[in-house]
Amino acid sequence: MLAVFSWISLSPLRINLQSDDFELFGLARCFAQERSAIDARWKELQREAHPDKFAAQGAAAQRVAMQWSVRINEAYQRLKDPMRRAAYLCELHGAPIRAEDNTAMPAAFLMQQMEWREALEDARADSELDALDDEVAQARRAALAQCEQLIDQQQDYAGAARQVRALMFIARFADDIERRREQLGQ
Amino acid sequence: MALLQISEPGQSPDPHQRRIAVGIDLGTTHSLVAAVRNGVSECLPDAQGRVLLPSVVRYLANGGRQIGYDAVAAQAQEARNTSASAKRFMGRGLKDVAEAGKLPYDFVVANDAGAGGMVSLATVDGNKSPVEISAEILATLRYRAEDTFNDDLYGAVITVPAYFDDAQRQATKDAAQLAGLNVLRLINEPTAAAIAYGLDQGVEGLYAVYDLGGGTFDISLLRLARGVFEVVATGGDSALGGDDYDQRFATALLQRAGLGTLEALSPRERRNAQTAARRAKEALSAATTTSVTFEVDGRAHVVDATRAEFEAATSELTATTLRLLKRVLRDAKVSADAVQGVVMVGGSTRMPVVREAIATLFGRPPLVNLNPDEVVALGAAIQANALAGNASSGDLLLLDVTPLSLGLETMGGLVERIIERNSTIPTAKAQDFTTFKDGQTAMAVHVVQGERELVSECRSLARFELRGIPPMVAGAARIRVTFQVDADGLLSVAAKELASGVEAAIVVKPSYGLSDEQVAGMLKEGFASAEADMAARSLREAQVDAERMVLATESALAADGDLLDAAERTAIEALVARVRTAARDAGEPRAIEAAVEALAEGTEGFAAARMNRGIRDALAGRNVNEI
Repeated sequence: MLAVFSWISLSPLRINLQSDDFELFGLARCFAQERSAIDARWKELQREAHPDKFAAQGAAAQRVAMQWSVRINEAYQRLKDPMRRAAYLCELHGAPIRAEDNTAMPAAFLMQQMEWREALEDARADSELDALDDEVAQARRAALAQCEQLIDQQQDYAGAARQVRALMFIARFADDIERRREQLGQ
Repeated sequence: MALLQISEPGQSPDPHQRRIAVGIDLGTTHSLVAAVRNGVSECLPDAQGRVLLPSVVRYLANGGRQIGYDAVAAQAQEARNTSASAKRFMGRGLKDVAEAGKLPYDFVVANDAGAGGMVSLATVDGNKSPVEISAEILATLRYRAEDTFNDDLYGAVITVPAYFDDAQRQATKDAAQLAGLNVLRLINEPTAAAIAYGLDQGVEGLYAVYDLGGGTFDISLLRLARGVFEVVATGGDSALGGDDYDQRFATALLQRAGLGTLEALSPRERRNAQTAARRAKEALSAATTTSVTFEVDGRAHVVDATRAEFEAATSELTATTLRLLKRVLRDAKVSADAVQGVVMVGGSTRMPVVREAIATLFGRPPLVNLNPDEVVALGAAIQANALAGNASSGDLLLLDVTPLSLGLETMGGLVERIIERNSTIPTAKAQDFTTFKDGQTAMAVHVVQGERELVSECRSLARFELRGIPPMVAGAARIRVTFQVDADGLLSVAAKELASGVEAAIVVKPSYGLSDEQVAGMLKEGFASAEADMAARSLREAQVDAERMVLATESALAADGDLLDAAERTAIEALVARVRTAARDAGEPRAIEAAVEALAEGTEGFAAARMNRGIRDALAGRNVNEI
């Protein structure tokens, strides 16, 4: 029988993990990375694998090229974004983020979140949003620095996973600032 | 005595080795076809030397049709049977066409449950869908190219607005198929413009392309570097263009002169009023005053018009483009001063008010040194030439993005986004879902496109069902839904229950698209090829296809034959020989197609091995550099 269907979303899953993102991009498995090196590597790989390169070679080549191209883009998305890169490293080392069933955060962090939310609700001018943006960017930089320390120096992946969860809160709040900016702009 | 031609180094001198591939800009107001000849991309003119083909098709009572300038000439007398701006209705239903009442057409909705009802026009020759109308234009350009080269076309790159959604892209591909074109790729218009511009001017860095055409507006932000065209973000409005400026201007002038509304005019007078407004708009790009003649109830009225009045009547439209432009900058997280130049594309960017607005926003004048009408077709031709394998490989790499987020409906009519807008294509993403009720054995998958949270505010792309899920308690089933967007920007979706392996998949045929059966039926009716012998043509097409496949396989064997052992190689060579024999001896396309298919299947493993080698070589190249 076909009733009303609705779904509960589970965690996103990766496709094709024979070689991990770092192996694919020929990068050391660590958090600290040069963005320009990741970008250059991405283009280098796409030059080899993009379906356009095989457009004159039939459907079979197209299909295989697309699988590779998709896989390269997937790895690129994850590697270039420091938060996702940190999350990926935690997962690779057996410390999954589990953001959906692990929402416990330190009290001080939650207090700061509440203050930010209030400031956002009260914000009327672009300059107020800019100030909030700066504060959020600073918190983000601090959390990323923590990630680097925990992953690359201390190999404390559980600790890094906590930082990633904090980064997810921060990212969501940054999106809300953008949305607010759009509302005020109209 | 004529001089002998010598080809460019690296370009094939043998005309049989060179594949004729064209770029087609299928525009709202006019369309163009271009090709790379002697290393230079150029637009192909018709027999009268005109490169623009007005995107206008007139249907005649006897089943005949006029396309281009002839149709334009009859437009005012034959408003109902003459389709202009069909691009605005591609992949659209009646409720999407907001301005339907202002246009001089009889809109009908295709009475076909499967098609879901793309809007069609009722003409003396029956109902014509925008796909069929566009196919007429594409076929005309195809014949023009074939006449120019006196040869069959290998394939075409067709441009679409970057902001076209899946339904509009699919409709464009369907139209090309109807016109008998082998679509090498759909590419986005601003990206095509950037190719022409970037290769022409040799620029590097971050560039914006502001593309305001007759009926669509696109804005793309690209990073250009040594042959790589990376789209960083894109935005726009697929129903905003020069046509809207004409309508707003006509409405304002009629109102000021006390002549009533545009909607109140007869179809013929309405068409004339819009044409008059368009001419005045064009005149006001050079002059500051002009006059417009409107015909109302059979009487001519001359109305004075100024540039200031035009700009006031249309300021909302220009402001909308700037708002969309700023959103793209925000999406890309860059400020206006990080942009090194703004390339202007589309005839509507000739309006001084648009150029001034861009200059103000970016603090520098926009780049207008390429013909805004031709630049898209020129870029598409360069990409077509590369895809056909004529250019030395690796010169050009396009990394484009999806313009709109893709997702599906979940509990409470909410959208779960699977692929975010501005993701580089091709892309794929899988997400797991579960059942909501105990014993649930089926699941409805509703695929939507758009940025809003509610399904009702997004565009519905397709629905399908996954049936045969074994009964389990709610939440126990694991249904993996995979979204895949290919290099043309077209979506396919698959769903699979992981425990039982039950699967369902569709290539998303949008709600307003044509079914494969409909396309096949139209082709059988000899659509867009009234004079061509269909049987002979499909045989010829199968032969060209076979030849293409044989050449591709042979070049692969020459390059990477060492990947195969002797037995594998013999098997592939036997398949190649079978295709050759079939292409030469079989008098009907089916046998050839079957042999081609067998070859494609038989070389799949080889293709995969070659790809793996390519990637490994890339990795190896990197390691050597590091040492």
